[in-house]
Amino acid sequence: MFGFGILTCVVFLPLVGAAFILSLRGSDEATLKNARYAALATTIADFALALYVYAQFDPSSSAFQFVEEQHWFGSGLMYKMGIDGISLPFVLLTTFLLPICILASWRSIQVRVKEYLIVFLVLETLMTGVFCALDLVLFYLFFEGSLIPMFLIIGIWGHEHRVYASFKFFLYTLAGSLLLLLAVMAMYGVAGTTDIAVLLHTHFPASMQKWLWLGFLASLAVKTPMWPVHTWLPDAHVQAPTAGSVLLAGVLLKFGGYGFIRFSLPMFPDASAFFTPLIFALSIIAIIYTSLVALVQEDMKKLIAYSSVAHMGFVTMGIFSVTSQGVQGAVFQMISHGLVSSALFLCVGVLYDRMHTYAIAAYGGLVARMPLYAAVFMTFTLANVGLPGTSGFIGEFLPLIGTFKINSWVALLATTGVIWSAAYALYLYRRVVYGVIEKPALALLKDLSWREAAVFAPLVVFTIFYGVHPAPILDGTAVSIGDLIHGYDTALAAAKSAALALP
Amino acid sequence: MSSVSSAVAHSLPEAILAAGAVGLLFFGALRAKDSDGPVTEIAAGLVALAIAVIFLGSKTDAVVFDGAFIDDGFGRFMKVLALLGSLATLIMSGNFLAREKIDKFEFPILILLSTLGMLMLISAAGLIALYLGLELMSLALYALAAFQRDDLRASEAGLKYFVLGALSSGMLLYGASLLYGFAGTVSFAGIAAAIGGSASRGVTFGLVFVMAGLGFKMSAVPFHMWTPDVYEGAPTPVTAFFASAVKVAAIAITIRLILTAFESIPVQWRQIIIFLSILSMALGSFAAIGQANIKRLMAYSAIGHIGFALVGLAAGGEAGVSSVLAYMAIYLVMTLGTFAGILEMRVNGRSVENISDLSGLAQTDGAMAFFLAVMMFSLAGVPPLAGFFAKWYVFNAAIQAGLYALAVIGVLSSAVGAFYYLRIVKVMYFDQPAPAFDKAAPAPRAVLAITGLLTVFLFAYPGFFMEATRAAAHSLF
Repeated sequence: MFGFGILTCVVFLPLVGAAFILSLRGSDEATLKNARYAALATTIADFALALYVYAQFDPSSSAFQFVEEQHWFGSGLMYKMGIDGISLPFVLLTTFLLPICILASWRSIQVRVKEYLIVFLVLETLMTGVFCALDLVLFYLFFEGSLIPMFLIIGIWGHEHRVYASFKFFLYTLAGSLLLLLAVMAMYGVAGTTDIAVLLHTHFPASMQKWLWLGFLASLAVKTPMWPVHTWLPDAHVQAPTAGSVLLAGVLLKFGGYGFIRFSLPMFPDASAFFTPLIFALSIIAIIYTSLVALVQEDMKKLIAYSSVAHMGFVTMGIFSVTSQGVQGAVFQMISHGLVSSALFLCVGVLYDRMHTYAIAAYGGLVARMPLYAAVFMTFTLANVGLPGTSGFIGEFLPLIGTFKINSWVALLATTGVIWSAAYALYLYRRVVYGVIEKPALALLKDLSWREAAVFAPLVVFTIFYGVHPAPILDGTAVSIGDLIHGYDTALAAAKSAALALP
Repeated sequence: MSSVSSAVAHSLPEAILAAGAVGLLFFGALRAKDSDGPVTEIAAGLVALAIAVIFLGSKTDAVVFDGAFIDDGFGRFMKVLALLGSLATLIMSGNFLAREKIDKFEFPILILLSTLGMLMLISAAGLIALYLGLELMSLALYALAAFQRDDLRASEAGLKYFVLGALSSGMLLYGASLLYGFAGTVSFAGIAAAIGGSASRGVTFGLVFVMAGLGFKMSAVPFHMWTPDVYEGAPTPVTAFFASAVKVAAIAITIRLILTAFESIPVQWRQIIIFLSILSMALGSFAAIGQANIKRLMAYSAIGHIGFALVGLAAGGEAGVSSVLAYMAIYLVMTLGTFAGILEMRVNGRSVENISDLSGLAQTDGAMAFFLAVMMFSLAGVPPLAGFFAKWYVFNAAIQAGLYALAVIGVLSSAVGAFYYLRIVKVMYFDQPAPAFDKAAPAPRAVLAITGLLTVFLFAYPGFFMEATRAAAHSLF
């Protein structure tokens, strides 16, 4: 298409929209309206393109598809794009969430609107690029580049303590990522290339694998985020504007899990096996500890942020169980969490737009004034809990099965997380929605507007659809993940026989 | 071709600058007017001509002037960088000097002389030529630093720079005399032959003293003490000159000296470079955090960046050198852009230098804020901006050379350093607007825009640039 591959179009189309908005002059209401419509049209067109990719995608092959390769920097660095069954769902998720973000910010953002839209479109390019890049340096470019727009989103359009939160977000992530960069350089030294497809079949010496694995962990653990490097997340979420939180929870956190599946497992199988107990321990702590922390939060956004950390615990646990249920479940959980937690942040955002506070204590009895809202919020609360029939259930159940096959104690402890999540989520719901309206300010609240309902409708549909019929995601990822696990087992068996062969 | 004409052909850029400087001096003196008139423009034209001569002239490598002067690909690359730095300085200075009422015709001539010194320094193939070039460069710089002579800070800067510079020259000379004593020759190639793979104590001492002298010019820690004061006190275009062209020349001669004279004793020089590098990176990152004056902040930033460039030199070899060249080229662009931005910081005709003066710039002058933010993110090394690739190359060279600890210390200090660059972005984008700046002068704005676009779009088509650094580095080996 136009001399580029389709993936390049998906990734860089938002920049075209951004350039258009940049060229708009004036700041009157009509211009801003045009800018908003332009951003919405761009993101919807991008989603349509991604759907086209989905339609053309062949799920029966584990190879990278739609591969594009261009000479870029000399000495082994290439512009290489391509997707497989693991990355496709994330591309779809990202492009799906962007129009929702634009719509959700329609009224709530009133200052520096054009810049806001441009930053979101640039961020979309960088996020889709992360999932499409097939060159490690290119991946890093997108991965790290996404810090800049997010830093600006939190810092410019955030709430009261936005500067602190944006710095914490940026510096935490940067420090971790730079260690990943060093690992990439070391891998480049061994393989002579940063082509991911080649690196997937490169055998790194076992002692080196451990260091490389730790280098990747430093970055991916911060991004995921795993306990104990999760503390930037609640701050960033609380201070970010609603759409910023949506992308943070919906997409940016997925970089971590995606990185573990794409790099850590297949490239460093020996080290992954060696460090699995560490990951399991951290995951358990994340699930139980952050759930308990979520229980005592006074701030709605913080509560949901901590619940995100807990849910990401299921993801890391599932990935490092290295069973097809576990890894597929982890991918499913990431997609499901991308829908559900995004929706929860939007739910909170709806209240914030009306009342300008996130304090749980400021609400109560909303069901009387906002029945439709209460129903939507209920749906996502239950999905967050993991009620059968919602996508959250599949996302928690599969990693638990996968882990149970490997280590039943870990699975047992992680299962308590389901109970904890029910406790904090329902407790939040009860305090906000049930009861009678006691605060006079709440008595005038309006229910969801048409625009807000339109934002929630697709999220509700997909949450329930995937809960009842998870096959589209599971079938799409099955072959790629099966291949990955096969390669992992083969590598481990080879390492074992090599160890036995030694005298 | 006779040897004289060959020597002239290989030193044509230097000849142009030397003749031009002398000619302009006569012109200015005979014109008997205080203001600079067309001198700045002519000087800029001469520098541009020198760049053109390098691009269009002979590409053959040669050693001329009895082994004192070498013309090679490495030298040509670094000369172009230094000349670009001085060209940008000349272009940006005109408006500033007129406003500060120091638009004397000596200013561009001093820049020319200093640039001439840099070119000679870059092409030096022996200790005598090195010292000549270094002193020609430095003496002009001392005068430039104190050019605003009625200003207390500028006088202090000039004096401080002069006294410490003289001290460092003394150390360098002492080291050079030790080297001469042990090697029996001043030419780098002769020294390399005399060392022959095993360093005697005298050679090591000589190396240490020479490196101390050069470390001063590079402003590498622990020879950096003058940097913040001089950067702050000197007129802003001069500071831009210090941070760009001077750095390029100093690092160029350091590379040439180490790799042509001392390549066979890596244990000796590598530990010095690593020592300088780690200290510079650490101090540059931490000390900049508390600065309120943007020129002081850029001084510490410059110290840190020299540390990063030295990481590549510590790696050594062709890959290491080409990474340093890439680093310096990108650093030059970023520095010139940043100083172009600083030159635009004027309120009611008066220059301001505090970071807080940038408050809310995004709302008063979006374009300037955008380009400055690009510079800051790039200096911090965030992809996809040019600064990231600079860091990628030097750290990659270090990793491939097995210097893992150095690389880890380097990336961690760059994460610390990111904090203060972010702070400037924060001030420009998150804070409430301060009084708006005066309407931008066209020259600094053009420099800022060009360097900004280069920084943003380097990633799109980096091939030719990387080829150039590789070819330049290759000529040293």
